[in-house]
Amino acid sequence: MKKIRIGAGAGYAGDRIDPAIELAEKGAIQYICFDCLAERTIAIAQLERQNDPRAGYGQFLRERVGALAPYCAKGLVMVSNMGAANPSAALDAAREAAGEKRPGPLKIAAVTGDDVLEKIAESLSPVWESGLPVREYRDRIISANAYLGVDAVVPALRSGCNIILTGRVADPALFLAPLVHEFGWAPDDWHLLGAGTAVGHLLECAGQVSGGFFSDPPFKNVPGLSRLGFPLAEVGADGTAVITKAPGTGGSVSVMTCKEQLMYEIHDPAAYLTPDVTADFSRAELLDAGPDRVLVRGASGSPRPELLKVSLGIHEGYIGEGEISFAGEGALARARLAAQIVKDRLGHRSVAASDMRIEFIGFDSLLGPIARRAAPPPLDIRLRVAVKAENRRTAEAVGEEVEALYLNGPAGAAGARKFVRPVIAVYSSTIEREKIEIRVETAELK
Amino acid sequence: MKIKLHRIAHARAGDKGEITNVAIFPYREEDYPRLQEALTPEAVKGHFAGLVAGKVIRYDLPYLKGFNFVLHGTRKGGVSAALDLDAHGKAFSSALLEMEIDWPEE
Repeated sequence: MKKIRIGAGAGYAGDRIDPAIELAEKGAIQYICFDCLAERTIAIAQLERQNDPRAGYGQFLRERVGALAPYCAKGLVMVSNMGAANPSAALDAAREAAGEKRPGPLKIAAVTGDDVLEKIAESLSPVWESGLPVREYRDRIISANAYLGVDAVVPALRSGCNIILTGRVADPALFLAPLVHEFGWAPDDWHLLGAGTAVGHLLECAGQVSGGFFSDPPFKNVPGLSRLGFPLAEVGADGTAVITKAPGTGGSVSVMTCKEQLMYEIHDPAAYLTPDVTADFSRAELLDAGPDRVLVRGASGSPRPELLKVSLGIHEGYIGEGEISFAGEGALARARLAAQIVKDRLGHRSVAASDMRIEFIGFDSLLGPIARRAAPPPLDIRLRVAVKAENRRTAEAVGEEVEALYLNGPAGAAGARKFVRPVIAVYSSTIEREKIEIRVETAELK
Repeated sequence: MKIKLHRIAHARAGDKGEITNVAIFPYREEDYPRLQEALTPEAVKGHFAGLVAGKVIRYDLPYLKGFNFVLHGTRKGGVSAALDLDAHGKAFSSALLEMEIDWPEE
C-alpha cells in the first residue's frame, strides 16, 4: 500500500535549521513542511513590507531554501508559509538563495490571495473580540490575512513545483495539501480530511511532538534533547499514520508526547475548525508501535466552516517594561516598596491601573496567587512593571522610573533593564470564500 | 492523603487569544476515572482563582485518557497585547499540576 513520508522542518519562524537538514538527509521523506507563521508574525512582516517593498517574508527564508535546495532538486518537495506578507518577494529571494547552491533544475512557486486588507477594510463583518465591525478599525489596521486551506497549495503541487511559498495558510493545511494531492482525497471527504488534519496538527509544531516542550525530570525524561530530531509521519491512503523521527536523532516520540501535542491549542476536541474541515479528534487513538513510533488512527471530521477566518493586525500603542532585582532577607518587602514607588510616580503621568501589571519574578510572575500561597518567599526577587500606553513616551517612562530606583529606591536594587515595543494586537473576523482570488506565480532554475 | 497532580499526571498548555487550554493526562491510564471525579470544572476554576476571569470548560478524552480544560478570560489582550511576562500562558500547565487532590495511600 502506498505510504507518504512527510516531515516537519520548523515549528516557528526562528526555529532551528539543522534538524530540518538532518530530516531531509536521513528521514527518507518526500515532503517537508515548514510552519513559520504565528498569528502576530504576519502583521510584523506587513510592517516590514510597508518600509521596504522587497521585504516582509519569513526570517531564515534564504537559509532554509539554500540548505534544502539540493534535496529539492533530487525530488523532495518543500512547502512553507514563509512567504508571510510578501510571497512574491520571497519567490525572488528563494530563487537567488537556491541558485547559489547550483542544485540543478528547480521550480519554485509563490501563492498569493490570503492578503484581504483591501477587501475587508470597509467590511461590516464583526471582529470576534469586540463585536464591532471591521471598518471601525480602519485607521489602526495593519494587516488582514485570510486562513487559506489546501486548495491554495494543491495546484502548485500538481504543476510539479519543488518549493512552494505561501502567505497565511492554516498550519495543518501545509501538511494536508501533499496528502490530498498524493492520495486524491475528495474536497468533501470530511473523514479523510479530518484524519489528515490530525497528522498535520501533530507535526506543525515540529520538535513539540518529538520530545521538545516535554521533558520534566524525574517524571518525564527525554534523551539527547540538545540534538532534538524533528518529526515525520508515514501516512497511508486511509489517513492512518505513524509519527516517528529520523534514526539516530535526539528526542523521543511516544504516546505521551503525541497526547500532549494532539490537544495543543485545541478547544472542543470534536470541532477543531480549519479552512478545509471541522476536524474531530475526540475518538482519535494513539498507540505504541515500537521505539519512537506512534500509530494515529480514528480522527475524523465533518463539513468545513462556511466562512474563512481572517486574522487582523491592529496598532494598539506601546508596551513599556522595567525590571530590577532585590536579594536576601526582606527582598520581597523591598521589591513591593519599589513597585509602590513606581506606581505612585506613574500615576502622575496618568497611566491607568488597568493598563499596568506588577509581577515579582522568582515569586509570583507565572503562578500568581498559586505561588503566593507557598512560603517562605525566596531570597532572589525581580520586580517587573509593564504598562500599555497610547504613546511611546509614556511607555518609555516605565523603564526610566524602574531604572531610577537604583539611586532613589529601596536598598540593594540590582540589575535594572528596560524595554519598549509597539503593540500589534491580533483580532479575528471572517470573509466569504468567494472573495478570495488565489494566484500562483512560478520561477524556474535551470 | 493530599497529592499534587504533578506526581501523577502530565500536562501541556496552548493559547488562542485570551483563551488558554490545558490538556492533562494521568501517567497511569487506570487513574482516569479517579481524576474524572476530582477534576471538576468548579474545582479547577477555584484552583485558578486570580488567573482565570471567565468560565472553565472540561472536555473529557476517553480515548486518550485525559481531559482538556478550556480557560476563558486569561492574559488580557492575548499573546500579542498582554502585559503578562508569560503572554503565551505556557506556564498554565505547571499551574494546573500544582493543584492538590485527595488520593488514596498506596
